[in-house]
Amino acid sequence: MFKKFTVAFGIAALAGTGAHAADLSGAGATFPAPVYAKWAEAYKATTGIGLNYQAIGSGGGIKQIKAKTVDFGASDKPLKPEELNTAGLYQFPTVIGGVVPVMNLPGIRPGQIHLTGPLLADIYMGTITKWNDPRIAAANRGVKLSALPITVVHRSDGSGTSFLFTSYLSAKSPAWAQKVGASDAVQWPTGIGGKGNDGVAAFVKQTMGAIGYVEYAYAKQNNATYALLQNKAGKFPAPTAANFAAAAAGANWAKAPDNYVLLLDQPGANAWPITGATFILLYKNQDNAARGQGVLKFFDWAYKTGDGAAAKLDYVPLPASVKALIRKQWAMQIKAGGKPIYAAK
Amino acid sequence: MTMMIAGETAGGDRAFPPLAPTLRGTGLAPRGAWLDPVFRGACFGAATLLMAALAGVVVSLAIGGWPAFRQFGLGFLTSTEWNPVTEVYGAAGPVVGTLITSFLSLAIALPVALGVAVFLVEFCPRPLARPIAIAVELLAGIPSIVYGMWGLFVFAPFFAEYIQLPLMMNVPAGSIWETLFSGIPNGANILTASIILAIMILPYMAAVLRELFLTVPPQVREAAYGLGCTPFEVIRAVTIPYVRRGMIGVVMLGLGRALGETMAVTFVIGNAHGFPDSLFASGSTIASTIANEFTEATGEMHSAALIALGLVLFVITFSVLAVARALLSTQKY
Amino acid sequence: MIDRHFRRRFSNWLFVAACTLATAFALAALILILWSLFSQGIGGLDAKVFTMSTPAPGSEGGLLNAIVGSLLMCAVAMILSVIIGVLAGTWLAEYGGNTPYGYAVRFLNDVLLSAPSILIGLFVYEILVRPLHGFSGYAGAVALALLATPIVTRTTEDILNLQPHSLREAGIALGAPQWLVVRKVIWRAAGAGLLTGGLLGFARISGETAPLLFTSLNNQFFNADMSQPMASLPAVIFQYALSAYDDWRRLAWAGALLIALAVLSINIIGRVIAREPRQK
Repeated sequence: MFKKFTVAFGIAALAGTGAHAADLSGAGATFPAPVYAKWAEAYKATTGIGLNYQAIGSGGGIKQIKAKTVDFGASDKPLKPEELNTAGLYQFPTVIGGVVPVMNLPGIRPGQIHLTGPLLADIYMGTITKWNDPRIAAANRGVKLSALPITVVHRSDGSGTSFLFTSYLSAKSPAWAQKVGASDAVQWPTGIGGKGNDGVAAFVKQTMGAIGYVEYAYAKQNNATYALLQNKAGKFPAPTAANFAAAAAGANWAKAPDNYVLLLDQPGANAWPITGATFILLYKNQDNAARGQGVLKFFDWAYKTGDGAAAKLDYVPLPASVKALIRKQWAMQIKAGGKPIYAAK
Repeated sequence: MTMMIAGETAGGDRAFPPLAPTLRGTGLAPRGAWLDPVFRGACFGAATLLMAALAGVVVSLAIGGWPAFRQFGLGFLTSTEWNPVTEVYGAAGPVVGTLITSFLSLAIALPVALGVAVFLVEFCPRPLARPIAIAVELLAGIPSIVYGMWGLFVFAPFFAEYIQLPLMMNVPAGSIWETLFSGIPNGANILTASIILAIMILPYMAAVLRELFLTVPPQVREAAYGLGCTPFEVIRAVTIPYVRRGMIGVVMLGLGRALGETMAVTFVIGNAHGFPDSLFASGSTIASTIANEFTEATGEMHSAALIALGLVLFVITFSVLAVARALLSTQKY
Repeated sequence: MIDRHFRRRFSNWLFVAACTLATAFALAALILILWSLFSQGIGGLDAKVFTMSTPAPGSEGGLLNAIVGSLLMCAVAMILSVIIGVLAGTWLAEYGGNTPYGYAVRFLNDVLLSAPSILIGLFVYEILVRPLHGFSGYAGAVALALLATPIVTRTTEDILNLQPHSLREAGIALGAPQWLVVRKVIWRAAGAGLLTGGLLGFARISGETAPLLFTSLNNQFFNADMSQPMASLPAVIFQYALSAYDDWRRLAWAGALLIALAVLSINIIGRVIAREPRQK
């Protein structure tokens, strides 16, 4: 009886193998994970092809595509041209989003607290430890700040969101640039680490007096209390899709080598200071033409029909001109066996 | 016919006597006996495969972690710096976190496990003994991820609100208590992780302790009772000295389990590298660091440092288990 | 004299109270955890959980792919570990258990048993995922098998050692070769115990998360192809529990409840099968 049972199971397991075309696989940033998941779901409903995306952090995306364990990697941190060349990779952006500081302060409404770059750096360095510190009060006249200690929450995993955030802090605070630097994983001077955007959001939600940084979709999902940040023009814009788009408006993608564009601290009255695009990493030379084509077809479809879903989750779709540029790049740069696998339409 | 396999003595098998030499080649061996060496070889092969797997684990850890040891030398074990930007890594933070949480959890779990075992052996009303024993063992069956979730969503907030905050707010300023209790009031800290770990290792220790206590010959215990000892004195003076060696072995087993636990700890320890400086400080353990960072460690040195951490954990666990084994095997059963 | 008498009785009373408190604490922990599991998880359990795959945030879905993935990987892992574990345990009990190599095998088997599961995951990543350039259900199954085999080996050896020698002698006296005696007499006699060992191994690996993180990864969609990344209940729970979305968190608790129920019922079934107090 036991024998029959194991034989049956063995057959079932083997029968599952190769019964249908394998799903496409991708891994990387948690920043765009909600919208990729939504797109993949709709794509499967329309075409029957599954695209399995796992959010393991931007660092994970870079590592796994370099190890060729996935079909594409996703990272909020764009790789520099030298690194791309050494690895034989190509990167292109998909959507634009904003990184938002969120807090847990009872009695404070979203958008009530104003912060500046240097203030944020001081908080994350541990020099400002209480919410009613005079430096914070100076930027927030008229707001009653409690005496709660500040609990700093950062990422425990390698994250493009961290890269954007620390790059911004480095730009705004020389002390931060010297002491900590900008990268997807740094030696945080203080605070606790949450895993993924969701881990940070969860920790902030649970701890009174906590401050963290998350991608805007996560802030919205949690109804988190976000802070307004001072931008280059000196104004305090709110983190909304319109203001992320304002930050992205001035970027010149055509001129950027290998699409390396950072949208931090952009000029403009409404520009949100910590904005960034998120990128897909692909090999220029595809080992498996069919899989490479599958990936490009998916993103082509997403460019065409995915804007609505992205906008609903408060991401900013790329402008049409940038999409056209990217499509041209696909036709020229992604090849299998010397022949391009995508034909620009 | 019995085939000699390397490593076996000429005395024959454990369970089966060797075929008499005079019978070999006479055709009087049982039919199908030619399959014996095949079967025995298969069994031996399986055992050796298991050993090869273990050896493989150690070798792959050593090879993977070698770059970190070569770069940082023995200083790897004492440095608390964990900086992925400058690619300088030191194991001291996670190692200390691992040791502190494991020992703390032992300190909490051992008295409780002792109490449970004593209760079940001495004081428990007979009809209740079996259900309670089963209930305690059910605690062992709960998967560690459930402990992690329970710890994060139920225990940590409770701990933060009812224990941490009152302690932190009412502590006399400037005293040693203030340093001991300083930290972030959200329940994600070393102490919470230790408590969760303690609940996890408690059932194993209680079960083995109970069986140890049951090996004390009844005559010895009854003699003690006959002399007028209270149950407390019987336990203290008779039972525990009798099983002392085994008890240390049990402690080591619990320690071994606590050292390697990943999921339950990762959820509630707060993931901060560096030395924990108070009971309520966040920290990290080796297992939680690897779980958090391995899939995305892009730098070569980062991956190597994580694998080197794994090797350190393996060495610690191995030593603890070796001592436990030595102690438990000399305990008469 | 009375003073001392009182002190002894008092200290004994304290001791009894402490032991009772300890037991109450352990039972309270169990009740609290089970209570949280049930109260949070029951709300998430409905027909959808068993019929739909894991959803994107905000969409409808269930845990079907995770359940099937876990079952498949655990089944393959158990097949591997039962074959290797029973054979290895038989070798220890019947053949080479008293040799120096046998002692080494027994000791190292215990080491593997208690080895941190995350290190096993690392190892399988290095030998199966990286060289073959892909996360797969097979890698996950191998990692789980490495965790379950030592349990099966240990229980097999213990159970076989308990079988009386007269059984073996009777078998040989009847003219059966050694391997037939082991197979048809000893194994059959120890059947219940072997099954318990298998169940214990299954119970252990069904809740393991860490080794699956680096081997089978996870999969948003339903996938029965084991050469591709597969979803598993523990991995999905890990991802969903820490997320910001209420529907995901509800699914995480439902999944946790499912695993806990499965493991607890396996333990009870194993107990019923064994039907005798555990012997060392």
